[in-house]
Amino acid sequence: MTDTTSPTLTGAFSDAELRDIRADFAILGTVVNGAPLVYLDSGATSQKPRQVLDAERYFYEHDNAAVHRGAHTLAALATESFEDARAVVARFVGAADDEIVWTSNATEGINLVAYAISNASLGRGGDDALRIGPGDEIVVTEMEHHANLIPWQELAARTGATLRFIPILDDGSLDLDRLDSIVTERTRVLAFTHVSNVLGIVNPVDVLVARARAVGAVTVLDACQSAPHLTLDLKALGVDFAVFSGHKMLGPTGIGVLYGRSELLNALPPFLTGGSMITTVTMESAQYLPAPQRFEAGTQRVSQTVGLAAAVRYLETVGMHRIAEHEAALGERLVAGLAALPGVTVLGQAAGLHRVGLASFDLAGVHSHDVGQFLDDRGIAVRVGHHCAQPLHRRFGVTSTTRASAYLYSTADEIDQVVDGVRDAATFFGVTR
Amino acid sequence: MSSTELQALYQELILDHSRHPQGFGLKDGAAAQSHQVNPTCGDEVTLQLHVEPGTDTVTAVTWEGHGCAISQSSASLFTEMAVGLTLPDLQGRIDLFRTAMRSRGAIEPDEELLGDAAALGGVSKYIARVKCAMLAWVAAEHAIAQVDAAR
Repeated sequence: MTDTTSPTLTGAFSDAELRDIRADFAILGTVVNGAPLVYLDSGATSQKPRQVLDAERYFYEHDNAAVHRGAHTLAALATESFEDARAVVARFVGAADDEIVWTSNATEGINLVAYAISNASLGRGGDDALRIGPGDEIVVTEMEHHANLIPWQELAARTGATLRFIPILDDGSLDLDRLDSIVTERTRVLAFTHVSNVLGIVNPVDVLVARARAVGAVTVLDACQSAPHLTLDLKALGVDFAVFSGHKMLGPTGIGVLYGRSELLNALPPFLTGGSMITTVTMESAQYLPAPQRFEAGTQRVSQTVGLAAAVRYLETVGMHRIAEHEAALGERLVAGLAALPGVTVLGQAAGLHRVGLASFDLAGVHSHDVGQFLDDRGIAVRVGHHCAQPLHRRFGVTSTTRASAYLYSTADEIDQVVDGVRDAATFFGVTR
Repeated sequence: MSSTELQALYQELILDHSRHPQGFGLKDGAAAQSHQVNPTCGDEVTLQLHVEPGTDTVTAVTWEGHGCAISQSSASLFTEMAVGLTLPDLQGRIDLFRTAMRSRGAIEPDEELLGDAAALGGVSKYIARVKCAMLAWVAAEHAIAQVDAAR
């Protein structure tokens, strides 16, 4: 079959480059409901290039063994692959190797920090400085994904600390005028997202980190929507902890990353306990390894780390700055196209605010499920619902929205298709005439 | 512009009911009520069964909620169908509807028994939407169980 839907030149990629990129993603050639797939749900999970699939297959066909145990050749090869992958990811985000902890996903990474603080607070090891209790405060923002909200609600409930939040303004930005009154000397943890998974807006990490440092609070950055899309230098950002998920950045599911400053990781007691994270064990107690092994109990996911390393290499080969430029152009096109449609309200549309290639919107009179169903009929995959951010949606007076999210393989033509689709959905459901 | 499958899913009857729902608005005096949420999208419905004491006959269904065209029209169509039925008969209709919804398009809903609600048959081909169509029916089932339990 000849290619009749060749991608349009956008941002930093030439037509040919974008076509080459797309050729690495077999799934992008799928036909859905009789139409070529238009995948605009990369914010939920990205598609995977063959290089990632090949790396996992190669690992299973040549190197597979359990890591950090056993003395046979394959065990050594597997351990080497596992630790090499850690080094690749560490370099990608500007961290040292021992500052990278493997988790199942970002959610587990946040829970790890919350439960480790909880364990420290119960006197189960760790540095006294990390204990929290009544009178202490944990601060999040109103735009957090549930994964960066509920673990802190639970930590507050377990320790007697108080949970507070930084509100958002109508344009979707954080109300920084209130930052100093909310983040105070009582604040022990400030957890916030780098890029909102609903608004696509990039938060001012520098401002938040500066305030947290001034009051001695630990910072936890949700980098799920930034690590895949922007150049990420965690050391330069100055955060204490950060999390992201492999599957949103071309990698496999089941692998996530927790970054923690070395001294802080080593000041925390473990969360999950068991094999491979100890030095000496008696029937009564155990001594724990330093980070990162302290936080990697049990048989580890290995092929997933190998896949993630391949994904990172793929992103680095293309170039994160070029990816960011490509997606920023798609994001602007998306927001401009959607905002021009009658009845469409883009959440947090904010001219001048830096955004990634993602937008969520409400079509007046049509539920997001129905918008999504209409688009799916044309092979267009978008996310519908509350995107695991109910408080954010409540803030904007809606229950659910439709979200289109692009990635390096997305094209301007695809953005135009989703905009046209939303226009036609309005007609189909009879909200425009 | 849109496929025949999509038009079968969103029949004019369904879109009409979603725009002008029957039984919308809660009323005092219900025999039981149930609140149901679809956790994947946050859609919710609170449905009340009004029952004539002694005969177990549904005199009215009232409800409130928000959600997609499928969930809203389904609540409305349920309301139309339920009035006049006894609670055991209503439970039978719910079972019938659920079986059709879960059939992935294999079972056409029985129009004789389900009335206009049979128009929701197209939903069963869309696995992700079955919960939308079932929301009000699950609420009604829960309300019936409460009436039974109160005896």
